[in-house]
Amino acid sequence: MNTEKTIEELHELLKSGQITSEELVKESLLKSHEVQEKCNAFVTILDDAKGREVTNDLLSGIPYGIKDNYSTKGILTTGSSNTLKDYVPFFDATAVSNLAKHGAIPVNKTALDEFGMGGTGTTCHTGVVRNPWDLQRMCAGSSSGSAAAVAFGVYPYALGSDTGDSIRKPAAFCGIVGYKPTYGMISRYGLFPFASSLDHCGVLTRSVKDAAIVVDAMKGKDKNDLTSWNSSNIHLYESINESLKGKKLFYIKEIANLDNYPDASSELKEHLENFQKTIELLKSNGAVVDEVSMDITLLNAISSVYVCISCAEATSNMSNLTGIIFGPRGNGSNVMDMIKDHRTKGFSPLIKRRFVIGSYILQRENQEKYFVNAQRVRRLIVDKINEFFKSYDALILPVSTGPAPYLDGSKDEMTNDNTTILEEHLQIGNFGGFPSITIPNGFISGLPVGVNITGKCYDDVNVLSIAYGLECLMPYKNQIAKLREVKDE
Amino acid sequence: MSKYKAVIGLEMHCELKSKSKVFSSARNSYNDIPNDNVRPLDMAFPGTLPTLNKESVREALMMAMVLNCEIPPYMYFDRKNYYYPDLPKGYQITQMHSPVGVNGKITIQIDDTYKDILIHDIHLEEDSASLDHYIDTSLIDYNRSGVPLLELVTEPCLNSAEEAVAFLEYMRLVYQYCGVSDADTKLGQIRCDVNVSIMDKDAKELGTKVEIKNVNSFSNVYDAINYEIKRQTELKDNGRYNEVEQETRRFDEETGTTIRMRGKVDAIDYKYFVEPNIPKYKLASSWLESIKKSIPELPYERKQKYINEYNLSEYDANIIIKNKEYADYFEECVNLGINPKTVANYLIVQIIAYLNKTNTELKDFYLKPIYLKQITEEVDNGHISSKQAKEVFNKSLEERREPKNYITKDNAQISDKDALISIVKNILDNNKSQIEEYKNGKSNLFDYFVGQVMKETRGKANPPMVKEILNELLNK
Repeated sequence: MNTEKTIEELHELLKSGQITSEELVKESLLKSHEVQEKCNAFVTILDDAKGREVTNDLLSGIPYGIKDNYSTKGILTTGSSNTLKDYVPFFDATAVSNLAKHGAIPVNKTALDEFGMGGTGTTCHTGVVRNPWDLQRMCAGSSSGSAAAVAFGVYPYALGSDTGDSIRKPAAFCGIVGYKPTYGMISRYGLFPFASSLDHCGVLTRSVKDAAIVVDAMKGKDKNDLTSWNSSNIHLYESINESLKGKKLFYIKEIANLDNYPDASSELKEHLENFQKTIELLKSNGAVVDEVSMDITLLNAISSVYVCISCAEATSNMSNLTGIIFGPRGNGSNVMDMIKDHRTKGFSPLIKRRFVIGSYILQRENQEKYFVNAQRVRRLIVDKINEFFKSYDALILPVSTGPAPYLDGSKDEMTNDNTTILEEHLQIGNFGGFPSITIPNGFISGLPVGVNITGKCYDDVNVLSIAYGLECLMPYKNQIAKLREVKDE
Repeated sequence: MSKYKAVIGLEMHCELKSKSKVFSSARNSYNDIPNDNVRPLDMAFPGTLPTLNKESVREALMMAMVLNCEIPPYMYFDRKNYYYPDLPKGYQITQMHSPVGVNGKITIQIDDTYKDILIHDIHLEEDSASLDHYIDTSLIDYNRSGVPLLELVTEPCLNSAEEAVAFLEYMRLVYQYCGVSDADTKLGQIRCDVNVSIMDKDAKELGTKVEIKNVNSFSNVYDAINYEIKRQTELKDNGRYNEVEQETRRFDEETGTTIRMRGKVDAIDYKYFVEPNIPKYKLASSWLESIKKSIPELPYERKQKYINEYNLSEYDANIIIKNKEYADYFEECVNLGINPKTVANYLIVQIIAYLNKTNTELKDFYLKPIYLKQITEEVDNGHISSKQAKEVFNKSLEERREPKNYITKDNAQISDKDALISIVKNILDNNKSQIEEYKNGKSNLFDYFVGQVMKETRGKANPPMVKEILNELLNK
């Protein structure tokens, strides 16, 4: 299939006339329906999508997917929530309109955990998203549909958003690349907010180079987003190079060292050993990788800090969802009852739980203790990591505790160890707004696993170069999910 | 109220002038067409983000400076979270942690005394949408949603309704003089919350504070305060002061009373936190300096100038500064070279009376300063009398034609001394007996001679010259 190729390859085919944009779009739509049937990856498939003119722009004429929390003008955008199940925006998110300027063609809107507030792909209003490598397993989330579709080869890339690890974890579980650049490099205008200070736009691809090409097109200072910044002097695609010589990396012992997990499951053991193999590979190619130690108290605080800040901001950000201006109007004899009815019916229990937490944390009597303290600890963590960045190019860590878990949790191999840090450390990237990329680095039980590389703010070229160098040393570049036969044992 | 002292604090909200709204690019102007001045953010469509209007920040900073506030080194905003249909985002962007100005002080004149008003803070925020309620339905107009609003909060330092209203009136003038707001209460551009408590005169601790929300005119502020003082006083007099509760009330215009809205236990927790979408930024000292330099002359400064430099009475000066348009008109005339006292007279005696009579505003007044000068110049040159000047003034206003059209050779004043002498001599020759009586002490006959000259010349004789000539001829 052509849609399984890289952007550079597709551009060559299009330029030389071996395939037309129209044909490519048709292929992509065909594949969309296939993956929809198997994985339930989409909210909307844009069957009337048309080919576009092929120019010298690498993205011109090539189809792609948009996570359904990016506003798309005239196209249903739900955030995978019943509260917006019929909402059609009248403006494009800046990232989407930027891609349109490059000739990119959206062919579907991908499913996500409701408003990005979940990490399983199981809370979408259109149902559970399944992992294209094994339909009994999850993709993780919240960019679940995007990850599934890219891994399946529907197109070379799909947009994601990342508040805790929502691009980078599904990428790992689906054996692809997930990249969120420095905070503010891509405008968030038009992206449904989850937690504004942590939300990042980004992309899921099958190669580092493709990620660079796409983010080059998405990024830029936007007058509609005050947190966006001018990156016109940064050219990711042109600047990345694969040489690892002299690159200095570190990993945190308390997270990645197998000794921390005496009761490790076989998958966890394999995962961490595989991580060490990746480290050796880096070292043997001229990189320096050090094991460093970090205060375990700070590390243990990561997930609570994340919960406090993200839930608090989310509670406020989603107060506009009242069903008064948009979304289904609730029933009630007065406006407050109507709002209550809309929200009670519209949100999934998981979101309501987060709203309750957020509301509690923001209450006058709790704010100092929870919210303000969480912000202080966030600062401490970021300061500590930045201190490391003074002597290192990047932080490298394994993603999660192994391959994608089963959707039916009872089938998972359990461990008695506390693996929270291993599951949640990607949130460091959101705390600091750091550029962060996940690439596949092996297989466990026949399923892909990933490794993450995170660098200092504005140093995206360096982070991508290290990822690119490592990718070139491994056989997983541009891999397509190979669906395993579903066996009921 | 003899035994007690009233303690009053004010929260004054004032809509600021600007091209666009404070956090969106929608137009900020009064608009009859509902939901016309609206950008996606003003209706909180998902994914919209606030921008920040630098002009609004500048205006807010200027007012903070006028109020002698401390200015914070950084600018940032907070969210005030609550649900209400006029608040589409479910939160208002405001400043709680770091207002644009804190700890200010301004001296105002109340009749013949001066009083320092202490300013707790002044902060920049956005207005809500406006609601129109009908019998079974309510309509929302988002034109007002996101209009820049400056909220000024005083310390509880006022002691009467008179003081409160004097302060509000002065602040309205200051907003107008600084050009940051039209401050028109009729258009709802100023709204107030009033906090009132009473205490024994010699007491140290403040009494129980009652808040009256959303009072929309100064006369209502006056009435609300007085009603509340009376209500609390009666309860205290009757030993029922414990019934005065820390609560929020509203002013009911129809009955002139305040009505309970909610008590302290129902007070809303607004869950303030820093707005993450507007990055904190440092206020450049050069910018602050240039704002400071651009503060125009304020009402009291102008008043002092009028009294000291232009020799106006305090009474006249007060009338002129009470309205920025008057003061601007006055100064424009003076700058054109018209005698300040003459301008003041025209303004106070004729122009303001005319405006009141016709219910019009000075900005629409036909006789611009340059036209007024055409009249006063002719008077000064002795070409027309003040009586004629009045006629020219009225005619010009009535027919909306420049005054010079009504000043012709034909009606020109006779200021030729020789001509006047011969006229006067002629009159005196015909009034020998009156001259005799005048010389015998009937001095009021002087006016009789003047009258005769004016009659003879059909009012065209230059009166001061006539008087001078008469003096010479009669008293030689």
